[in-house]
Parts: sequence; structure tokens; C-alpha cells
Amino acid sequence: MLLELEKISLAYGRIEALHGISLTVGQGEVVALIGANGAGKSTTMRAISGLRPLSSGAIRFDGQDITRLRADLRVVRGVSQSPEGRGIFPGMSVRENLEMGAYTRRNRAEIDEDLDRAFGLFPRLKEREKQSGGTLSGGEQQMLAVGRALMSRPKLLLLDEPSMGLAPMLIQQIFDIIVEINQQGTTILLVEQNAQQALSRAHRAYVLETGRIVKEGTGAELLHDPAVKDAYLGVA
Amino acid sequence: MSDTAVATEKPKTSFRGSGGVRGWFGRQPGWVRAVVALAAAALAFLLPYVGDIPLIGPQLITEGIDWPSALFNMSYYVLLALGLNVVVGYAGLLDLGYVGFFAVGAYGTAILTSKDSVLYSHTGWAWLAAVPVALAATMLAGLILGWPTLRLRGDYLAIVTLGFAEIIRIVATNTQTFRGDRGFTGIPHPPGTWNGKVIFGVTDAIPYFWLGLVVIIAVIFGVRNLDRSRVGRSWLAIREDEEAAEIMGVRTTKFKLWAFSIGAFIGGLGGVLFAGEQGFINSSTFVLQFSILVLAGVVMGGSGNMAGAILGGALISYIPDRLRGISVGGTDLYEYRFAMFGVVIIIIMILRPQGLIPSRRRAMELKDRAKEVAPL
Repeated sequence: MLLELEKISLAYGRIEALHGISLTVGQGEVVALIGANGAGKSTTMRAISGLRPLSSGAIRFDGQDITRLRADLRVVRGVSQSPEGRGIFPGMSVRENLEMGAYTRRNRAEIDEDLDRAFGLFPRLKEREKQSGGTLSGGEQQMLAVGRALMSRPKLLLLDEPSMGLAPMLIQQIFDIIVEINQQGTTILLVEQNAQQALSRAHRAYVLETGRIVKEGTGAELLHDPAVKDAYLGVA
Repeated sequence: MSDTAVATEKPKTSFRGSGGVRGWFGRQPGWVRAVVALAAAALAFLLPYVGDIPLIGPQLITEGIDWPSALFNMSYYVLLALGLNVVVGYAGLLDLGYVGFFAVGAYGTAILTSKDSVLYSHTGWAWLAAVPVALAATMLAGLILGWPTLRLRGDYLAIVTLGFAEIIRIVATNTQTFRGDRGFTGIPHPPGTWNGKVIFGVTDAIPYFWLGLVVIIAVIFGVRNLDRSRVGRSWLAIREDEEAAEIMGVRTTKFKLWAFSIGAFIGGLGGVLFAGEQGFINSSTFVLQFSILVLAGVVMGGSGNMAGAILGGALISYIPDRLRGISVGGTDLYEYRFAMFGVVIIIIMILRPQGLIPSRRRAMELKDRAKEVAPL
């Protein structure tokens, strides 16, 4: 297993947001985490990236315990996140944002290679290379956030709501790219409210409800699960 | 250089592409920029003789305070603005207690040199010998303030820094060792003789101004190099989005501490110069108002931009000094200096909210934040 969460709990002050979540992500998989607002999806992502300390439980990555590892060192180990709300640096140009993604790396030739790769995945970003991140449209910012997260050459890519606020056409496109990134060899853990898309693209998925995992299965299984259909896919 | 430039179809991301003086300057080859910078520095050294320029000169120089002294005041205000600009402008950490570091620098010098100091029998050092120790003390103070405030953001950080400066002032006011209002007398001046005469005397402030200028130029170079390095990139990322910076692998705690201690160091430089020129310091110099004034200077000049900080720092010292000794209808304008000054700041902030010489990135960040407050 590339990533293993073992009964992790996390609290904001006195309010516990995650109550002992366990999940695994295998090498090469796309795993989706679906659930309603406030279910704890983003909190789980923040815990994996090391932005919030756990109150109990353990996180293992690539065979090693990273529960207490600093956030910046997790990036070095190969965890990268495209955060909720995109977290674009508004005053930096598109290129500078991408370079920021390669902050932990030193090899200039490799970084340039990855810049080309990001521009290849998102030709739109190439057109906007010198433009400030803050002036981009929502869709462009999303592409930039994903492209930037790839710049650290992660083993595990965490995508928090990549489809949020995007037009339907763009949602299709961004999921196509996610699949493409995965096929190029990057393992992906995906948080989504757009359950339809997430489940049809993911190998496996977990359903999160008020800080607990209530269901898990392959994407196809959950897509046809009556309870999931009812709660997250909208009744047709 | 108007604010609307960022909102047009193809926004300019670099001042190099834009018009105006900065646009022109940015497009020049390195040697032209070097010559222009040198010329500007040379002109700055000639500032004490501005009064000799026919017609305009006498309008510019101060009346109620001798011009070289006003220039020296400007020089340490500029230093403070440069230092605060690192903390507030670069790293985005709102520090309302910056005067604390100025105080540590000045008191550090005083306690090691003045005959009033409890340490006098042990130390009684020359000014220059006290400088490195005083500066080390300010950097340490920066770390001491920085460490517990690392987890704080925005308003909370501002309040803690405010408290920090007040603690220093109150300790200075109420302890025997720091002598409160009585202060420290006989702090030695900087060393050096020229043609058998002491350079840094009591009557002539010009050498002090020049010394301040040399220090300012050194600070500009130091900060500029930092800003263009990985450290500057880290500060920028922290300022624009601290959480995103962390996700990129920036060790935010380390770089915030760097910002605090470098800012403190520069503030301390202002303090040791001040103590060396005045020869006397007491606790009433280091009031809260001082911190607010310097912050106002940085914001007014253009937070995040060194040229802006320099201009802002110079103005917060120059404007009140210029009002000194002018009376209109029997009332001295100096008494109304802060009222008039307040009006000037309000006008500037209405007309140029990003400051007189804005940082382009900051302008972008402000727009971005405005979007968060009122989504489209």
C-alpha cells in the first residue's frame, strides 16, 4: 500500500472532525472519497498533507510512518496536494506558481522537463504563462492547481474538489486529465462532491459521513449502490 | 502604472512591460540601471545642501529644526520602514510593535556604553564595540517574539506584537536598570577623526546622516539579495497563501522566524544609530505611536516594495519636521502635525490604496482578497 490511514482522528479545538478513519490507497490506483459538505473530506486531505496534527491514529506512506512528520518533509517524500479552493498564489505568474510547485527540488533540467509536461497537459496554462494567478478564470486556476501539484513529482497526488465551480464541459475535461495523469504513473486520492464523475473514474471509493467511513467498494459498485444513488447521485 | 492596468484584457505581470518611470527603468540594461542607482545614491549624499538650490531649496528644507538633523531623523525612519517592510511587506506578518526592536537596539547600546548603566564598571564600551552586541540582542528579541507567535495569524499576531512592544516600554519605564524617564546620558558617539577633528560631534548632524545613508544602502543590498533568493520566494508564498506554501514544501515556521529576526536586526540598526547620535535615550521615546507611524509609512509608501518603504519612511519623518516652526495666525502648525499628517495619509490611501509606489504583486493580492469578500 502506498498510503494507509489507520483509525485517524482529528479535532478542531474540542470538536472532533474525524472519528477513526481507516483507508488505503494502493500503488497506481485512483481512489475517490465522496461525501456531503462537512463530512470531513478536506480535513482528511489536510491530515495526510500534515497541515493539521492528529489526535490519534497513524498515517503510513510508502512503508514508513509519517504521522508526526512535518508538512514540508512530506512533500519531499512524495505527497502533493491541490488544495480545496485551489490555493493559487495570486500575485505570482502562472509560471511562478508552477515553479513554486517544484520548491523542494533542485535539478533545473528535470524541473524544466516537468514544466513542459504541465504545459503539455494544460496548453491553456502555456498561453497564460506570464499572467498573474489571480487574474485566471476558475477553470484555469483549477488546472494551475493540479499542474502545480504535479511539479513536485509526487508519488501520491491529493486532489481536493478538482471540479468545484467548473462548467460541465470543463469538469469532463479535468477528469480526463486526472485519468491521464494516473495512466502516466501517479497514484491519486480524490475528494469530490461530484460523485457521478468521481465514481465512474475511480478504481475504488470510500463514502464519508460525519467523520466516519460508512461504505467502501469499487467505483462501479458504489455507482450502482441504491443508498449511494439516493444520497449522492441525485434521483434520476 | 495605474491600478486599472491589472484589470485590462492582457494584464501586465511585470513592471518591465509597462510605461512610466519604473517601466523604463526595468527595460534598461544592467549597466544603465547601475549608473542610475549610483547617481541616485550620490544625490542622496548631497541632500544636506539642498537649501543652497536657488528658489526651490529654501521651500524644501525644514525651518523649526536644522535641516541635517531632520535628514538624520529621516534616515533612521527609513531604516525602520525598510525593516518593517520585510516583516509586513514581504512575509505578510502584521507587526504593530516594531518599535520594540528599535528600543532593544538603542537600550542595548546605552546599557553597554553609558556611565549611567549598572554595567558601566564592567563595560563602558565604545559605541562601535556595543553595536554588534546590541544587534545580536535585537535579533534574539526577534526570535523570542517570533517563536510563540508562529501559529498566530492576522489580528491575533498584531495584538501579540503590540503587547511585546508595550512590555519593553513598561520594563524600560519601571525598572531601576533601565532608568525609566531619567534615561541614559553620555552614550558615546560613533568613532573617527578627520583632519584632527572628531567626525561625529554634537553640533553637526551631517556626518550622522551620511552614516545612516551608508547603512541604508547596505540594508537595501542585503534585503534585495534576500528577496531574490529562495528566502524571498518563501516569504512571498507565505504572504500570498500560507497553507498553500506549506503544501508546496515551504517550511513556513523557519521563514517566518527569518523575517522576524531580519526585521528586528534592521530595526536594531536604527536604534543603535539613534542612540549614537542623540547621546541620550529614555523610555518616552519608544511609545506605541512610533510603531503605528512607521507602519503608516510602509503602507503609505507601498508595502512590499523597497522604494515605497523608503519614500514612506522618509515622508513620515519629513512632513512633521517640515511643519515645525511654521505659524499661521499665531498658532504653530507643529502642534497640529499629526492631525494634518492624518489628513495627508487618508488622502493618499484614497487616491492610491496600494501606496505611492505600489508592489504589483501586492496589488494583485488585494484584488484577490476583495474577490473573497464579495464574490462575483
